[in-house]
Amino acid sequence: MKGKMLGSKVFDIVNAVILTVFGLICFYPLVYVLACSLSNGAAVDAGKVLLIPKGFNFESYKQVLWDKQFWISYGNTMFYTILGSGFSMLVSTPAAYALSKKRFRSRKIINMLLTFTMWFTPGFIPLYLNYTGLGATNNRWMILVSFGIQAFYIILLRNYFESVPVEMEESAQIDGANDFQCFWNIYLPLSKPSMATVWLYYAMSRWNGYFWSMVLLKDMDKIPLQVYLKQKIIDQALVSEFANTIAGQQYSYNTIIYAFVICSIIPVLLLFPYIQKYFVKGVMVGGVKG
Amino acid sequence: MKKGFSNKKEPQTGKAATAEKTSWMKRAVEAVKRDWQLWVLVAPLLIWLYFYAFRPLSGVSIAFLKYSPFKGIAGSDFVGLENFKNLMFGASAELFWRAFRNTVAISLYGLFFGFPVPIILALMFHELRGNRRKKLLQTVTYAPHFISEVVVCSLVVTMLSMNTGLFNVVLEKIVTFFGGDYQQIHFMSESKFFRTIYTLSGIWKESGFSSIVFFAALCGIPVELYEAAKVDGAGRFRQIWSISIPGILPTIMIMLIIRVGNILNVGYEKVLLLYNPGIYDKADILSTFTYRMGIANNPDYGLSTAASLINSVVGFALVVLANRISKKFSETSLW
Repeated sequence: MKGKMLGSKVFDIVNAVILTVFGLICFYPLVYVLACSLSNGAAVDAGKVLLIPKGFNFESYKQVLWDKQFWISYGNTMFYTILGSGFSMLVSTPAAYALSKKRFRSRKIINMLLTFTMWFTPGFIPLYLNYTGLGATNNRWMILVSFGIQAFYIILLRNYFESVPVEMEESAQIDGANDFQCFWNIYLPLSKPSMATVWLYYAMSRWNGYFWSMVLLKDMDKIPLQVYLKQKIIDQALVSEFANTIAGQQYSYNTIIYAFVICSIIPVLLLFPYIQKYFVKGVMVGGVKG
Repeated sequence: MKKGFSNKKEPQTGKAATAEKTSWMKRAVEAVKRDWQLWVLVAPLLIWLYFYAFRPLSGVSIAFLKYSPFKGIAGSDFVGLENFKNLMFGASAELFWRAFRNTVAISLYGLFFGFPVPIILALMFHELRGNRRKKLLQTVTYAPHFISEVVVCSLVVTMLSMNTGLFNVVLEKIVTFFGGDYQQIHFMSESKFFRTIYTLSGIWKESGFSSIVFFAALCGIPVELYEAAKVDGAGRFRQIWSISIPGILPTIMIMLIIRVGNILNVGYEKVLLLYNPGIYDKADILSTFTYRMGIANNPDYGLSTAASLINSVVGFALVVLANRISKKFSETSLW
């Protein structure tokens, strides 16, 4: 019995150590990036900064924040995220409500269509021609509409609405409420947390998405932050290897990139502790059943 | 019988017969009368689906055309299976099959190395004592999920770069410390590193968040089972092996089947950020292959569409098949 107890203790300690190490691995790159962004460029390039900033300065941030295009892109991302996720919710919520009603005869076929769109993609060219055909090229508003709906999130909301007891609706109907009233007065107030979850998922995919914005938006004054980031970092990464240190400056190419990255993820990281429970909930509700 | 549509005008004649013939119509009218409000609620979605999910499906026909952007779909010449032949056996076969192989390989890397990590993580979190510590560590491991692919890939590229990248600098320090002569490693331009980089960065970004599903399943296992096992003298490993793992086996199976079903569905977003022409031989996958063919200076829309059609059809078949199996195994299905 004693041996068992000891074994269990050892197990606990080893387990905690491994998980802590894993947690550090998840977290360390962010700490490293923050430290580098606040350091002297030459020190970073020589590998002297691993945890604590060396030659503390804000020069790299100045380079990023004095860049007009950075703010334009930031504004665009806000625009696409706020209005885009708003549009998504406006379409998704009522539809999910209707599709959750067992008495709605056509729900089966609509559900099937929805699921089909989730698993079958027509491919890049047909999609591209469709978007351009509908005038999405270089058009902010069409970008909002074109990428507004994701079948998975509607299914998530639908699952939630289905889990509300039918009696709620029945008693309201006895009082003479129609579908609109049921939806608006009963189901919406009940499902605020679930709607918050789906709304955050939509907002997140807007904030982080880059591919179609990169393909469709040509004007620099319309591109979101992720596309600008990609242009700046990925497309110029090779050039940087030749023009690495800018002589006599506090910053280097690397520190500017790190400062840029920190500026772009700060809103997400600040909000993250408060919103993560909604994302976790989304996985639980929608999870496997999809 | 001919006047099936006009029965409203003369309800007194042949009531029974007409009622039978038109009952489906009546039912339809009644259904609309009863459900019209629901139809109104779902209408915006249907309109959206028409424009953005079904309208592009007509573009799939480009796979069977020698497509010219000036002539459009209706005006281009029909070439039958020419594009498919070209891809599978003809001039583009080498590149197409290379992309096919790479797609499967990247998926398999994810399956073998990426899939077990969240399960192990969930099991370990489940065993961890102390609620505050558990919450904190879980939150920390979820965090990378919320960082965009562009940022993650930017960091990967920067940290792995020559001379000043974190990895090269640290490796150099270690090697020279032991008196060796360090050769800079060009991580991003050697194809042998690509799959490892892709898979490891994926594990870093997603495994914490993916563990939630398994962790939730673990929390659903009754505590009495563990207590009974303890009384019977089962150690911690034994408890994990005989209670925890069987308890979440259905979840594991379903997630595994989804993964297998999605073997061909590797998106362009991440590969596009990490690859470069020098490492196409290992990094070019079906979706990036079709993308490049579509945006090249001399784009071949027909060929690109044919390639993505093969990808979609085989991929879709795999998903459907996986769903069948899942249904059989666990009575849980994706739809």
